[in-house]
Amino acid sequence: MGPRIKDTRPVWMEKPKPAVQVSKAIALVVICFLALYPLLAVLATSLSSQSVIANNNGLVLFPKEPTFAAYQTIFAGGVVTDALIRSLVITTVGTALSLVITVAMAYGLTRRDLVGGRFFLMTALFTMLFSPGIIPSFLMVKELGLLDSYAALVLPTLMSAFNLVVVRSFFMNLPQELFEAAKIDGAGDFRILVQMVLPLSRGVLAVVGLFYAVGYWNAFFNAMLYLNDDKWPLSMILRQYVLLGQPMGDSAVAEIAVPSQAIQMAVVVISLIPIVIVFPFLQRYFTKGVLTGAIKG
Amino acid sequence: MSSNSHTLTPQATPDVGGPATVAEGRRRRRSPAASASRQSRKKSLMARIRRDKVMLLLIAPGFLYFVVFHYVPLAGNIIAFLDYKPYLGFIDSVWVGLDNFAAMFQDGAFWEALRNTLVITGLQLALFFPVPICLALLLNSIVSNKIRKFVQSVVYLPHFIGWVIIVAVFSEVLGATGAVPHLLENLGLPRFDAMTTPEFFPFLVTIQSIWKDAGWGTIIFLAALMNVDQELYEAAAVDGANARHRLWHITLPGIMPVIVLLLILNLGSILSVGFEQIVLQRDNVGPGAGEVLDTYVYFHGIQDGQWGPAAAVGLVKGIVGLFLVLGANKLAHFFGQEGVYSNGKSK
Repeated sequence: MGPRIKDTRPVWMEKPKPAVQVSKAIALVVICFLALYPLLAVLATSLSSQSVIANNNGLVLFPKEPTFAAYQTIFAGGVVTDALIRSLVITTVGTALSLVITVAMAYGLTRRDLVGGRFFLMTALFTMLFSPGIIPSFLMVKELGLLDSYAALVLPTLMSAFNLVVVRSFFMNLPQELFEAAKIDGAGDFRILVQMVLPLSRGVLAVVGLFYAVGYWNAFFNAMLYLNDDKWPLSMILRQYVLLGQPMGDSAVAEIAVPSQAIQMAVVVISLIPIVIVFPFLQRYFTKGVLTGAIKG
Repeated sequence: MSSNSHTLTPQATPDVGGPATVAEGRRRRRSPAASASRQSRKKSLMARIRRDKVMLLLIAPGFLYFVVFHYVPLAGNIIAFLDYKPYLGFIDSVWVGLDNFAAMFQDGAFWEALRNTLVITGLQLALFFPVPICLALLLNSIVSNKIRKFVQSVVYLPHFIGWVIIVAVFSEVLGATGAVPHLLENLGLPRFDAMTTPEFFPFLVTIQSIWKDAGWGTIIFLAALMNVDQELYEAAAVDGANARHRLWHITLPGIMPVIVLLLILNLGSILSVGFEQIVLQRDNVGPGAGEVLDTYVYFHGIQDGQWGPAAAVGLVKGIVGLFLVLGANKLAHFFGQEGVYSNGKSK
């Protein structure tokens, strides 16, 4: 493809008027600005000193004399560092478990004349139509003895029927002849899954894995409901310290030199980093349409 | 058949009637007992279980998960009929029949929560719903692949940011010390804190939802736009239709089924607003403006210990919501769509 934009326009399509093109370009710039500006403002504020923040009425867009003081304070140890590690572990373990259970069930449900297959599938699909409600779900976790345990952050949201359907549809669209040939050669169902299906499914696994990981990373309500504050993940620290403005454990001592607003925004930035790191590697699957293909069937 | 049926309706309903795979055909031929291929279905249950044992073992953990965390808790709704006390448990709490429901209808806070819920979902339907459609049309009209993919990536990103972060970011920009109040002040307008003004709360929630999910919402419309027959455009252009004519007479009719489908599905979920989003901000504006049905259940039940009455509200909301979703699906079928049960997540 050449660098000239004109090349991709179909022959029958007239060249739009300059006014239309300009207004379209302006619209796109404004949209991108609106999407990114709040994030950039947060980043800039986290890198600013107290005087700069005060001069700019609390919000900085381009940090003059950027300083990492806020991050140094945070990473000197204490509440945020602990919560960050907890969040990373919960997200990693949770995503791995979710992917395993989802892939296993989705693969099992690809056999068309499976004993009880329709029943199992419907059991999963119906959960998209109703939710048991907040109180019964809470009582279930309590009855299982999961209160104040990390399992309460993972088990209740272990699988989503939507992701199950996405993975199953993807598996069913793979060329079945391949697996049939392997079966004739004596490969068992499990071996076909591990050695043939999974290597062909990297795209869908990446997308569904991202959904799960983002879910675990961002979740705060289960932590608020089930955990005492010594087990809180980063999202709850964020709520407590940034949204409610309550002091943050022992780091309060070190706060004197650094404006607390910069620290608050630094916590926001830290919780954004994993998402911003992972997203570029996976977004091509969205723009390429792996997901829409899966949703469509 | 299924390979080129690019309809947009998700075919998530079980497709047991789909084309028989090569696998099944071969299996039938190889099995000596099933030379008359119809007979193979009658293969003894034990034999089929033995054949599928790996598959069934793979399904078991997931099935168990759905039963334990989605179906068994349904039974817990029984406390809507109890004067539930945690120290007494399910068995020893007093049965009060429909008292909790009667109390619900007399509770002003419940009606307030219901009103707030409907105001917010109504506003989202009016203001949020058209945005992804317009955005998708704009994206679709970009000729350069590079620019389109860049803009797509930018507008998809906020979808992956959690509500705690979003509320923090919005407080920073719109809150008392943020950029927007200062801008208003510099323009000589009265100071206005969007985060804590009760009257503005439904708009605030809607703006946040648009920022987070309008870009993501374009995915389904972009897919619909790709499925519009490109030859129609060419033929129309040859016949002298300009860009506006083509938009009006080809593009919009082409994606109208998807628009109708999503509109109906949104109507089906009119009792549900983003719980995490609201629970984080309810106390900024007070329950008068910030309480919705889900937060009512949480604050009255789990926080204040009125387990029975709150569970009654949750149960009514769940049942009415279920019927709304089922009704919406019926309506979608009526409009010629199929298999939409799966699609609640496209919002």
